[in-house]
Amino acid sequence: MTETNHELRVSKIRSGTVIDHVRGGQALNVLAILGIDGADGEEVSVGMNVPSDRFARKDIVKVEGRELSQDEVDVLSLIAPDATINIVRDYEVVEKHRVERPDSVEGVLSCPNANCITTGSEPVVSRFTVLEDAVRCAYCETIVRDDIAAHIDT
Amino acid sequence: MRHDHLITSKQLSRADIESILDRASEIDDDPEAVAQRQAGTLLGLLFFEPSTRTKMSFEAAIKRLGGDVVDMGAVESSSVTKGESLADTVRVIEGYADALVLRHPREGAAAMASEFVDVPLLNAGDGAGHHPTQTLLDLYTIRENAGLDDLTIGIMGDLKYGRTVHSLAYALTKFGATQHFISPESLRLPREVIYDLHLEGVTVKEHESVDEILPSLDVLYVTRIQRERFPDENEYAQIAGEYRINAEILEDAADDLTVMHPLPRVDEIAADVDDTDHAAYFEQAHNGVIVRMALLDSFLGDDDD
Repeated sequence: MTETNHELRVSKIRSGTVIDHVRGGQALNVLAILGIDGADGEEVSVGMNVPSDRFARKDIVKVEGRELSQDEVDVLSLIAPDATINIVRDYEVVEKHRVERPDSVEGVLSCPNANCITTGSEPVVSRFTVLEDAVRCAYCETIVRDDIAAHIDT
Repeated sequence: MRHDHLITSKQLSRADIESILDRASEIDDDPEAVAQRQAGTLLGLLFFEPSTRTKMSFEAAIKRLGGDVVDMGAVESSSVTKGESLADTVRVIEGYADALVLRHPREGAAAMASEFVDVPLLNAGDGAGHHPTQTLLDLYTIRENAGLDDLTIGIMGDLKYGRTVHSLAYALTKFGATQHFISPESLRLPREVIYDLHLEGVTVKEHESVDEILPSLDVLYVTRIQRERFPDENEYAQIAGEYRINAEILEDAADDLTVMHPLPRVDEIAADVDDTDHAAYFEQAHNGVIVRMALLDSFLGDDDD
């Protein structure tokens, strides 16, 4: 029950997506990945570092009027591997799923290797292979293990 | 062997490698037999970085197979100076040639370029990434001098930026070689290479000095430590000095130690080593032509295939 009470801190949504069990402090990166900055008028509620049964602290993101695509869920998995995605319609959770790590992600991250061909002015979309605990540039093979969110191409 | 492109030595199986090396041996024995194998074939050379050995040996190889080259020439005199992307350049040049050879200063250049062309593209070096054709001639030289079975090799020098080192280390995993990596702390193998070697089950043995392992080596592969890797001239001079070998140092080595170097060398191998039986680096450079002939022939095929 504790968790339910804490969730009430963030208002319920009518239809849209609730991304729960995001690691504490990652909510803004989740929004960055989804390309949501509020400029388009989306209704967004964010709870950060709220107490959680599963983690000591978790973040929660609710987006009104937006159902995440599989691609978006895939990318989320990189920074929020334990997240649960709830699709809400008319205040009811109609779908609930855990994120799954994809084999690769395209056009989401930029390569930290300044000498990588993808960081020049080539007509190429970045592509990273997803490893167990890291991602790897499909072109220059640089491995990014720490702070993947810092390389999100926004 | 059927590959569309040659980007990295990782894509080659042991059987692929042995097939190319065997073919190179055959060509070495009877070069006349293949003198017209690629008659009419045009090889497009795109070298975005200076190169002597790699470029000239590719050119010699295709010509000795009866083919010819179209050469982009120096970057300074090409459309690249007008800001053309690599993707556009390769798409244009593929219309002029039957296969492309690409050397580029950026990592991943060959992998990216290969996505834009239908003709075979051979990576002749991408930044600090890969140099698979050098690896094939290195393997050929090792096989001729020391054999590829039960091999113990020391790879010394700039292991961080040395693309020849990265490509060779991957390929040697296919032969179960024991590999020792000798370098200053700041020029150790990148973690990406260590990751790949671990995937192949290799225990990476790193050393800061060659002394302790020299007697156990069948092959010592020396690479150049480049001045520009060090901000401080004195630091460069001191560190580079510790990774030089000469005939006196090699007195502790096995009599049949083979010393290799991808060249050009500056002073990391003293001239007095040239006259010893250990020196194989000029032979290694010469092998570039027959190995690239074998490679080109297997990539390009002919009417009989």
